Amino acid sequence: MGRSWAKSGPDRCGGGRQEPALLSAFWSSGLGRLWLESNCLPGSPGCCTTATLIFCLLCLQLAMAKRLPARRLDGIDHNPWVEFGKLASEADAVNLGQGFPDFPPPDFAVEAFQHAVSGDFMLNQYTKAFGYPPLTKILASFFGKFLGQEIDPLKNVLVTVGAYGALFTAFQALVDEGDEVIIIEPFFDCYEPMTLMAGGRPVFVSLKPCPTQDGELDSSSNWQLDPTELASKFTSRTKALILNTPNNPLGKVFSRAELELVASLCQQHDVVCITDEVYQWLVYDGYQHISIASLPGMWERTLTIGSAGKTFSVTGWKVGWVLGPDSLLKHLRTVHQNSVYHCPTQGQAAVAQSLEREQMLFGQPSSYFAQLPQAIQHNRDHMIRSLQSVGLRPVIPQGSYFLITDISDFKSKMPDLPGAADEPYDRRFVKWMIKNKGLVAIPVSVFYSVPHQKLFDHYIRFCFMKDESTLQAMDQKLQMWKDELRP
Amino acid sequence: MSLKLKNAKRIEGLDKNVWIEFTKLAADPSVVNLGQGLPDISPPNYVKEELSKVAAIDSLNQYTRGFGHPSLVKALSCLYEKFYQNRIDPDKEILVTVGAYGSLFNAIQGLIDEGDEVIVIVPFYDCYEPMVRMAGATPVFIPLRSKPVDGKKWSSSDWTLDPQELASKFNSKTKAIILNTPHNPLGKVFTSSELQVIADLCIKYDALCISDEVYEWLVYTGNKHLKIATFPGMWERTVTIGSAGKTFSVTGWKLGWSIGPKHLIKHLQTVQQNSVYTCATPLQEALAQAFWIDIKRMDDPECYFNSLPKELEVKRDRMVRLLESVGLTPIVPDGGYFIIADVSLLDADLSDMKDSSEPYDYKFVKWMTKNKKLSAIPVSAFCNAETKSQFEKFVRFCFIKKDSTLDAAEAIIKAWKRQAS
Repeated sequence: MGRSWAKSGPDRCGGGRQEPALLSAFWSSGLGRLWLESNCLPGSPGCCTTATLIFCLLCLQLAMAKRLPARRLDGIDHNPWVEFGKLASEADAVNLGQGFPDFPPPDFAVEAFQHAVSGDFMLNQYTKAFGYPPLTKILASFFGKFLGQEIDPLKNVLVTVGAYGALFTAFQALVDEGDEVIIIEPFFDCYEPMTLMAGGRPVFVSLKPCPTQDGELDSSSNWQLDPTELASKFTSRTKALILNTPNNPLGKVFSRAELELVASLCQQHDVVCITDEVYQWLVYDGYQHISIASLPGMWERTLTIGSAGKTFSVTGWKVGWVLGPDSLLKHLRTVHQNSVYHCPTQGQAAVAQSLEREQMLFGQPSSYFAQLPQAIQHNRDHMIRSLQSVGLRPVIPQGSYFLITDISDFKSKMPDLPGAADEPYDRRFVKWMIKNKGLVAIPVSVFYSVPHQKLFDHYIRFCFMKDESTLQAMDQKLQMWKDELRP
Repeated sequence: MSLKLKNAKRIEGLDKNVWIEFTKLAADPSVVNLGQGLPDISPPNYVKEELSKVAAIDSLNQYTRGFGHPSLVKALSCLYEKFYQNRIDPDKEILVTVGAYGSLFNAIQGLIDEGDEVIVIVPFYDCYEPMVRMAGATPVFIPLRSKPVDGKKWSSSDWTLDPQELASKFNSKTKAIILNTPHNPLGKVFTSSELQVIADLCIKYDALCISDEVYEWLVYTGNKHLKIATFPGMWERTVTIGSAGKTFSVTGWKLGWSIGPKHLIKHLQTVQQNSVYTCATPLQEALAQAFWIDIKRMDDPECYFNSLPKELEVKRDRMVRLLESVGLTPIVPDGGYFIIADVSLLDADLSDMKDSSEPYDYKFVKWMTKNKKLSAIPVSAFCNAETKSQFEKFVRFCFIKKDSTLDAAEAIIKAWKRQAS
């Protein structure tokens, strides 16, 4: 009896309007039969009512909806970049939002990639899982010097899918349900969802600006952690602290003293330090990037993350790495071999060749690591001057691709910009600015934990890792804006 | 050593990996390597050319769309729509991942929860078990079993799942079944009725199907690759995984994809945006261009989707003859680029292989690598602890190798035969 009911069902009810797959499941699950039995006696005409059919289909949908997503995805499905990326692409605006260069990579990097894709055809096949050997070798020898450490390419280096992949691998390897992870605000936005996905609990501590002299521009060096407050965040459940220097979005380059503070707390509380140093070469005004792993007692508890994308202006190659002690890296290797297993070979070969070139030229004026920060510092200074002309107050960054600007004056002059009820001011300001002034930036509240967003809703982030023509286009937009400001 | 600097529980016990051990063994250049599944033949010229062309385009050196480079998802949508009855939304129903491996990871992390059960068919591509465990779920194993062969050639199609046994593995906790067709290591191509049995159970128990179809183009004469997602009631509960590496013989590009309904793919996308965020741009663009070339000539014998299986079928047949000639009993694969053989009849003297706790095939492969300079992979590496003994007399050979590699393997096998007689 069951089979014949199933066969007759869709025809009787003209249910062809509905998604066929749902209907077939309706019949094969037995719900269809129940529905028929409750509504239709064999032979009776026109017994189908749309209402009962819809009701049964709804029941089926609920029944089918065994909870689909895994719980580890709770609260992390939203991504701010998707929204702002879309807005930026829709408007005819100068994109100073997302952090990637709009100028070409250096010739030697492009050549290295061309060499990797046109040479030995076996580079089209898998390489070693934990890193293409010439790459792990050069990473070990190059960074060994900076970290003051003997680095073994097999034990102390892991190549990952970008620094993003390195962060993910580190969190998955070490953070357990209930572990606390100290995150310094403002933070690169992925640190929080990655902590949550690993079942961890983010504990936030904010960098706060010290008051500046009237008329002087603020600097990222002025934004500091309160030592007492920082110390209070460490508990017996603290598993890791994530450090980002140079910092995105602020551009802060942590000083030796500041790193020593973080280091002593990590050692005192036996905490792992995950340090995101992707912008290590983008340091200005003679400041020095210092890797916390080079401080006494820190190598054995630090994972140092780097990025080829930011190092060589090739964000699309997605090659990153982690350096650290074998006792920690072995756990990252376990995650790696159970998630992506291998990274693409040719990108790694190109990065290896590029790093070999930089190692040879290190310290010389022709080195990319010397030339790039010089060139980008000009961009930074240009942008700082230009932004001030419309009443934006930039915070001078010591490093990275970014600077943040204070929009408090605008907040007081035009507090009621369109937006959702609880939407932080900076997001509403950015949307207004994209639409009306043709400039894209990123609201800094995106880089803060939800409870703190209202405290830091008066800053927006600009990226100056852009071509001269982009900065000129920015100047044009700013000039128009300035003209509109005149009474 | 500090207690706090230890690993998260999710990776407890998952640190061992068969490949690390065996690729090290086979790395000796004097060894003829038929172990790891990577081609030592060149990818097709037009594929290499597309990548060369792309390397010269500046803008392709920067980030692209996280869920897949636009021209690539468009090409994938166009290609796969030919096989499905429905349209495939390139933005919502496709995700580009770091190899098919990455798709498996995203699917399992996105859809499988602690406490769920996931059915895994034995033998299995070795990562399925640790990935399921890493998600806190329990793998439930069911072995393929061979029917008696009675003198005719042993084929991968002789290995089947017992429908009653399979049904007994499903219950209300079953979140998904992982299907692999064509199958690694056996080479089995699941038939329509076999897929129907699986589909019926998925629908009955409201379970998902994660279908690993990386070898979808490598199917030999008399066989057809079928997509379980095209069976009635299956599109909405299936994630189908493909691989550029296996499609175009470019395993080092590490690009794969997941195709499925938006209500499933969106969860894989959430994992993506919190793990790698985006895949490499130049490789995705080159892959898109390579696809367009072959999409335009699907019926042409020159199309790689047609020419590669023809080329491999010849190699497969050669391997079958070679293995038979030395007393190894091969199981002729209907698809894929591996062939497994029963090595027990050789009765090799493995007494100098210490560590008697290892399964027979592990010892055999190590002995063969050391003494015969020929490497392969033990099939019990593709089994869970309880089923290892059912498969420990089998060894897996990869035949997507250039003729000179197969010539070298042939020379070793002939010398072996002379020694034995």
